[in-house]
Amino acid sequence: MIEKAIFYFFAAVLLLAATLVVTARNPVHSALSLVLAFFSSAALWLLIEAEFLGIALVLVYVGAVMVLFLFVVMMLDINLSVMREGFARYLPLGVLVGLVMVLQMLLVIGAGVVDLVPEEQVAAAGALDGNNIRLLGSVLYTVYVYPFELAAIVLLLAIIAAIMLTHRRRGDTKHQDIAAQVRTRKADRLRMVRMPSERDSDS
Amino acid sequence: MNALIELSWITAKIVALIVPLFLAVAYMTYAERKVISSMQLRRGPNRVGWHGLLQPFADALKLLMKEVVLPQNANRFLFVLAPMLSIMPALAAWAVLPLADGLVIADVNAGLLYVLAMTSMGVYGIILAGWASNSKYALLGALRAGAQVVSYEIAMGFALVGVLMAAGSLNMGEIIQAQQGPIWNWFWLPLLPLFVVYWISGVAETNRLPFDVAEGESEIVAGFHVEYSGMAFAIFFLAEYANMILISGLAAILFLGGWYSPFEGLPLLGPLFDWVPGLVWFLLKVCLFLFLYIWFRGTFPRYRYDQIMRLGWKVLIPVTVVWLIVVAGLSLGEVGPWFS
Amino acid sequence: MQSVKEFFGTFMLTELLKGMRLTGRHLFEAKYTLEYPEEKAPQSPRFRGLHALRRYPNGEERCIACKLCEAVCPALAITIDSEQREDGTRRTTRYDIDLFKCIYCGFCEESCPVDSIVETRIHEYHFEERGEQIMTKQDLLAVGDKYEEQLFKDRAADAPYR
Repeated sequence: MIEKAIFYFFAAVLLLAATLVVTARNPVHSALSLVLAFFSSAALWLLIEAEFLGIALVLVYVGAVMVLFLFVVMMLDINLSVMREGFARYLPLGVLVGLVMVLQMLLVIGAGVVDLVPEEQVAAAGALDGNNIRLLGSVLYTVYVYPFELAAIVLLLAIIAAIMLTHRRRGDTKHQDIAAQVRTRKADRLRMVRMPSERDSDS
Repeated sequence: MNALIELSWITAKIVALIVPLFLAVAYMTYAERKVISSMQLRRGPNRVGWHGLLQPFADALKLLMKEVVLPQNANRFLFVLAPMLSIMPALAAWAVLPLADGLVIADVNAGLLYVLAMTSMGVYGIILAGWASNSKYALLGALRAGAQVVSYEIAMGFALVGVLMAAGSLNMGEIIQAQQGPIWNWFWLPLLPLFVVYWISGVAETNRLPFDVAEGESEIVAGFHVEYSGMAFAIFFLAEYANMILISGLAAILFLGGWYSPFEGLPLLGPLFDWVPGLVWFLLKVCLFLFLYIWFRGTFPRYRYDQIMRLGWKVLIPVTVVWLIVVAGLSLGEVGPWFS
Repeated sequence: MQSVKEFFGTFMLTELLKGMRLTGRHLFEAKYTLEYPEEKAPQSPRFRGLHALRRYPNGEERCIACKLCEAVCPALAITIDSEQREDGTRRTTRYDIDLFKCIYCGFCEESCPVDSIVETRIHEYHFEERGEQIMTKQDLLAVGDKYEEQLFKDRAADAPYR
């Protein structure tokens, strides 16, 4: 009973927040509503005892991705009226995309569990006595190990590509080598010279 | 009816944790002022009460009486929301921290992850405060803080992965139990580089000196909370210190064996300290780290912003990655008392 | 060899530890703080605080309204009016010092040919209402009368160096 009430509460918050993401006038408010939406969906996951997924959602999306999002949105100087101009024109297209997505979801749910991996294999891994996380780990590293590693490599490639794109040193900028600066000693910079004291020429 | 009793029991537990925590925050400010002034050959607060012991209450009272100024053109809703968003995660994370054997509000399986998720939420308060104040200094401070916290979270997360590998569990209680034994059985020894990295990123995560560019009083006045006054400012202050205590508590649990005595299981010294409750050992360890926080503040000058980023990405993260591989090797070889 | 040593030194954070050792040592050293209202730092006899007008031992005021102090005052804080008294001497009818303008440079004291205007050691005073910052002749004379003993001693102590 109480659980159901909590579920409906979080579901309502989630829907409200999701609507606000699209309708809010201020982009920062939109981003914040998205954070709220993530948070309430994490709460929903916690309700069905998928604590790893729920916390990972908060950790990755709320803690990192949305912060960067907010960053970008805060820095942008967005002219809202220009953005709203094409709203009516793109509305049919948007509705169409939404309908297709709903259809796809219905198909997936209607077809039951996706048959990518034999059911009994997953069940065997799940039979391991232990908590949610241990279970998830054992499935990830046994049954799904190849897709998992593949995904990891794709992510690594993306990281390297992003770094390569931005990490270049232009020759005409000044930059410091901190290690070299720290390593300098007195002898490198200072030279003690012995010289006679000077006198005025007329004396 | 039963649910109601349980609910009130949980509430009582939360109150029993929060009230001493706030007191600890109050006296943390006092201790900080005293220790720093001592390091600078001053005496520190000594007028209000015996040796200035009532000073925190005087300060709190002063802040309570002050007006909360809403800046013009500030985003009212977010401006008020931001301090709450910054204190909420700092307090919520305490739910899974075991203070002594069995003394924990929620014994969650994914405790470590939960703490990480909660600490990563804290940055929202800062960013929103900076943005909602509609002030250049505040925005700059918020940007700095946001980038810094997100960057150091990665190094910190990696350091925690090391602990996770060594303990084989995400549950805080089990992590401590994996360190049972005298001081050299604790994880600080096999995970020493990770311990150091964790601590450095913990200091950075709480925006404390020498990583306090978010506040940077000498360059951007006070950073994200320039526009805040009175109680709103006090809440930011509370959140910062609660976070410090949280990070210290985590360090004590993850690397210094939580409630275990440093002489646990030793033939002669062990029984000698058996009467000391686990809570005392835990608090002593937390105090050690809190003192380190203050000591750092008294010693180091502020990092420059780009140097902070360099340290986080180019030094700390590579060190943790290398040591994770070493930990994996140690764990495979079942080395020492830690991985058997 | 040197670079290897430096590399390890960097990773062992030796320089940070050195810094922390220094501050840690200071933690236990004796403190320099003076607990102000109870303890006070020693004052020089040349201390320049609140102003005063002095009198001769027979009760006659020293000031002869030469207006040297008014002329030398860099902040224009002194205002003097004068007239001739019945016995033919020139005296001030008004001698005001605006303490908000005054910068406590001590030029008035040095310019005074009769050691009339002086600066005392008083430095703990305050004003509660507008207008109180103007020290009138009566105020100045009252201060002088009250602290004459101290003033005399200070002048005597400083006399060999003048």
